[in-house]
Amino acid sequence: MIEFHNVTKRYPSGFEALNNVSLLLGDGQMAFITGHSGAGKSTLLKIIALIEKPTRGQALLNRINLNTLPRHRIPYLRRNIGIIFQDHQLLFDRPVFDNVALPLQIQGYRPQEIAKRTRAALDKVGLLHKEKSLPITLSGGEQQRVGIARAVVHKPMLLLADEPTGNLDSVLSREIMQIFVDFNQVGVTVLVASHDLGLVEELDKPRLTLNAGQLILNDLDQGDVGGHDGWQ
Amino acid sequence: MAGNNRRRKPATANRVSAYFLHNLQSLIFSLGKIYQAPATTIMTVAVIGITLSLPGGFYLFLKNIDAVSGDFRSSTQISLYLDLKVNEKKARGLEKHIVSMDHVASTQFISREQSLEEFRQSSGFGKSIDTLSSNPLPHTIIVEPGESADTFTVRNLLNRLQAMPEVEIAKLDTEWLERLYTIIEIAKRSVVIITILFSFAVLLIIGNTIRLDIQNRYQEIIVTKLIGATDAFIRRPFLYGGVWYGMLGGIISWLIVEIGYIAISGPLERLNLLYKSDMNLITYSFQDFIVLIASSTLLGLAGSWIAVARHLNQIEPT
Repeated sequence: MIEFHNVTKRYPSGFEALNNVSLLLGDGQMAFITGHSGAGKSTLLKIIALIEKPTRGQALLNRINLNTLPRHRIPYLRRNIGIIFQDHQLLFDRPVFDNVALPLQIQGYRPQEIAKRTRAALDKVGLLHKEKSLPITLSGGEQQRVGIARAVVHKPMLLLADEPTGNLDSVLSREIMQIFVDFNQVGVTVLVASHDLGLVEELDKPRLTLNAGQLILNDLDQGDVGGHDGWQ
Repeated sequence: MAGNNRRRKPATANRVSAYFLHNLQSLIFSLGKIYQAPATTIMTVAVIGITLSLPGGFYLFLKNIDAVSGDFRSSTQISLYLDLKVNEKKARGLEKHIVSMDHVASTQFISREQSLEEFRQSSGFGKSIDTLSSNPLPHTIIVEPGESADTFTVRNLLNRLQAMPEVEIAKLDTEWLERLYTIIEIAKRSVVIITILFSFAVLLIIGNTIRLDIQNRYQEIIVTKLIGATDAFIRRPFLYGGVWYGMLGGIISWLIVEIGYIAISGPLERLNLLYKSDMNLITYSFQDFIVLIASSTLLGLAGSWIAVARHLNQIEPT
């Protein structure tokens, strides 16, 4: 699913966020990216989400070279990805339902289909009863779950989450992580950046640890990317 | 790709109808945005309306002048002042000859005595005229050229009449008309210039409003881009916003001009009474109205297109 070959990312300021990172994440796998803040976790996710391009090296998603992907094709590739942000990135001018339905509207689904899938996604995160609420009236944990519902409503192949539990207490964090594990169990590839080491260890998933832009620990079996992984 | 078999893409037919559906949704959504921010909208639309009412008003003014001067055009005539030595019998014979000429529709004979009587009555110099020993006015023949006669034929006719020995002076009463037409022509070109300038102003106003709108919805644009919205999808609500601004501005400008028309029509009726004329104010025809609304709508679309092209591509998630 995701391939990095000697990827280096240097920002215009001169800051080197990633240094010669290589990794393989197979279809249906789930992994955590850990490391201190500034270690390059977000940059790694941004390259996969086509927000940033590598300065050197190659990044591939579904064997599509992200370095050379033309601009007009970016939206279509992003539709295969569900992104969850630490700060939720909800639109506060419209109710929960409309927030979650947005990816389906963008992809041109019919209204009946949109309603069905949106309610299913909201049900999955336990917020079906809040579909008419405005996001501002929800708690932080609820907002994050709306963000997750929006990220999965179009059934992406890949879920990316950047510090999804950053502002939540440990009970809520565990709930959120469990949702990711559930999605992974039905075949979605999941990559979560988190600095919550305790929680990451609890879940017993492979870890990629970054330090100052370098990959210092890689639990993934790099020889076997087919998806039938021994560690699952 | 384990995920692929789970993904059911909408069928093509559904996509086409979904495309139109989204267009409709954007149209209504952008109208909803306008409704949600009435103060901004009213100000923008009012500025557009006022801006467009100026060229619109000038256009109507010219249309009215054209209609009035059209009446003058058909009243082109040649006055022949005969030599004082020509007596009335000879003059009436000449009139008969002229009426049979080509391009002459009709003639009217005014004898020296008639002229004097008319002058006495209308000039107010009655007493001074009585002191004159002889009538200084010549016999006059008014020649009305045929309606098919163009300027050139009328000029030709004038020259032929002038060449007649009995004719002292042949005078074409069109010089002032030609001046008027030139002035109207200048005014028409001015209206074209004003229209172009004010259209640009509307373009800028709408462009600026849409630019602010884009800034206000920065977050929404980022989020929709991140979840796979194409540029066209993001562009659409802003373009429709511009369409609404343009259309509403056009309607406002129409209202302003119509109100101006009502304000002027009262005094004009009194003027008509005073001059015993039957000038009628012409207002926007249905066709004018359609052209006005269509062009203001197009201006709105163009203005928002410029703003969107300039600013939307610069917004990328970071």
